[in-house]
Amino acid sequence: MSDTAIALRSAVSPVTETRAVRTTLIALSVVVMVLFLIAPLIAVFAQALNLGLKPALATFDDPDAIAAIKLTLLVAAIAVPCNLVFGIAAAWCIAKYRFRGRALLVSLIDLPFSVSPVVAGLVYVLLLGPFTPIGAWFLEDFGVRIIFAVPGVILATIFVTFPFIARELIPLMQDQGTGDEEAALSLGASGWQTFFYVTLPNVKWALLYGVLLCNARAMGEFGAVAVISGKLRGETVTMPLQIEIYYQEFRALAQVSAFTLAAVLACLALVTLMVKTWLEWRYADQLAATRSGH
Amino acid sequence: MGLRFREASIVPGFRLTFGFTIFYLSVIVLIPIIGLYIKTFELEWERFIAIITGPRFMAALQLSFGASLLAALFNVVIGVMIAWVLVRYRFFARRLLDAIVDLPFALPTAVAGIALTALYVPEGWFGKLLSPLGVTIAYTPVGVWIALVFIGLPFVVRTVQPVLEDFNREVEEAAATLGASRRTTIVRVVLPPLIPAILTGFALAFARAVGEYGSVIFIAGNIPRQTEILPLLIVFRLEERDYAAAAAIAAVMLTIAFVILLLINLLQVWSYRRFGNV
Repeated sequence: MSDTAIALRSAVSPVTETRAVRTTLIALSVVVMVLFLIAPLIAVFAQALNLGLKPALATFDDPDAIAAIKLTLLVAAIAVPCNLVFGIAAAWCIAKYRFRGRALLVSLIDLPFSVSPVVAGLVYVLLLGPFTPIGAWFLEDFGVRIIFAVPGVILATIFVTFPFIARELIPLMQDQGTGDEEAALSLGASGWQTFFYVTLPNVKWALLYGVLLCNARAMGEFGAVAVISGKLRGETVTMPLQIEIYYQEFRALAQVSAFTLAAVLACLALVTLMVKTWLEWRYADQLAATRSGH
Repeated sequence: MGLRFREASIVPGFRLTFGFTIFYLSVIVLIPIIGLYIKTFELEWERFIAIITGPRFMAALQLSFGASLLAALFNVVIGVMIAWVLVRYRFFARRLLDAIVDLPFALPTAVAGIALTALYVPEGWFGKLLSPLGVTIAYTPVGVWIALVFIGLPFVVRTVQPVLEDFNREVEEAAATLGASRRTTIVRVVLPPLIPAILTGFALAFARAVGEYGSVIFIAGNIPRQTEILPLLIVFRLEERDYAAAAAIAAVMLTIAFVILLLINLLQVWSYRRFGNV
């Protein structure tokens, strides 16, 4: 009798919720995520295949779509390495030294997160547009257009993806301190050797993680690029902009093309999430410091 | 000399990395943003006032900040719930859900925008269910709110989740042995240490929502004075080549965003002192 009483009482542990509450909370969370996250994702693929596979694949016969895909790859191939070098340099100087204004520097690096993408595009138009002194100088002396041209698209992409890699590296490198580097240096390694053989292997997974997020954003950026590109078809139109162009044509086939390109980017997002999840499972401890990042 | 710029270190590379960081930061971020404010100062005062008190601007300002606030608040509620469920309960497909939380970070905003629109237009999957009830979401402020909830969803989950994972459960056991009910334990013991993380998540979601463009413009329908957001007004001024007016709107937006972030940072410092971090 007393045994069953104990069993009954311990069925509801005082440090967890009743079964009903737990089930309700889980169900609510699942419903919210299905409605807000999973449904839009499925909708992209459903709309792309609305008229069957053939019209969807016909998108890739359009030279505009191919040009947009190529430009997107080019922009990411330039913007990501730029921010990679910056991210490593910034993390090195912030994590390995103590100096005045360090906290301020960290806040300034985060600044692009709180700037609207449209404003990010606008600031470059105002600074480098053909009507400004710098823009006119580039145009007349070098024959280079920056705004409403590919260099501007790259610049805007660099701005919006600016903090990604630095943000992943800074907390991890701060956690690791300078012990390993000091050991290497005292054993006679040069500065670069220390960096390549000691520091880099220590942070490689966080680095990969940062590159992944940076790349996803670089390929998908819309607002900043929309403002700066001038939307010249086949020239300055990236994949997200081409999606908008197709979408606004209101022909059934153009709609399919819009959602087909969107599906390509959605696949990229899914791959990003998969690699990210795999990294988190595999190297949870090494990434722990960066978890609270965003 | 107590006023030295940095503490001595045997690790080389400070000048190189610090110099490059400052250079790159200045060229890419600081100089362009300062340029925006300089451009705004070129405007005559009367013109500036006329721009930022115009009815179209005021309507967009209200929508942008109002919808962002409501979306960020909603994100706090469901974000804390999802973080709690992911950390505390074990159930089928938990890891899959955990991975999917980050979808709005990875999915391009334009893709999210057309996908949400396809769902909520009257002939869409959700629109079909809602239109017999007389509810329209696409091309209304509610649509703007839905898009902002989507892009802000991961922020609160991802700031609260690590704090909850590190939470010392013995504290809860202690509360229970001292006779606290489960509800009291959660409200008085578990929730307070989460407040700094919740505030951070709220601030990030709110800041992101105010500036958001790609996911909103498709579902908003951009009806003047009804569903126009501030970033869209900037785009319109740019298309008219009214650069000074575009700069003025951007400067106002940026300044309000900075002030709000500063306030929330101060609030966070206060809450760390008040509630600490277990």
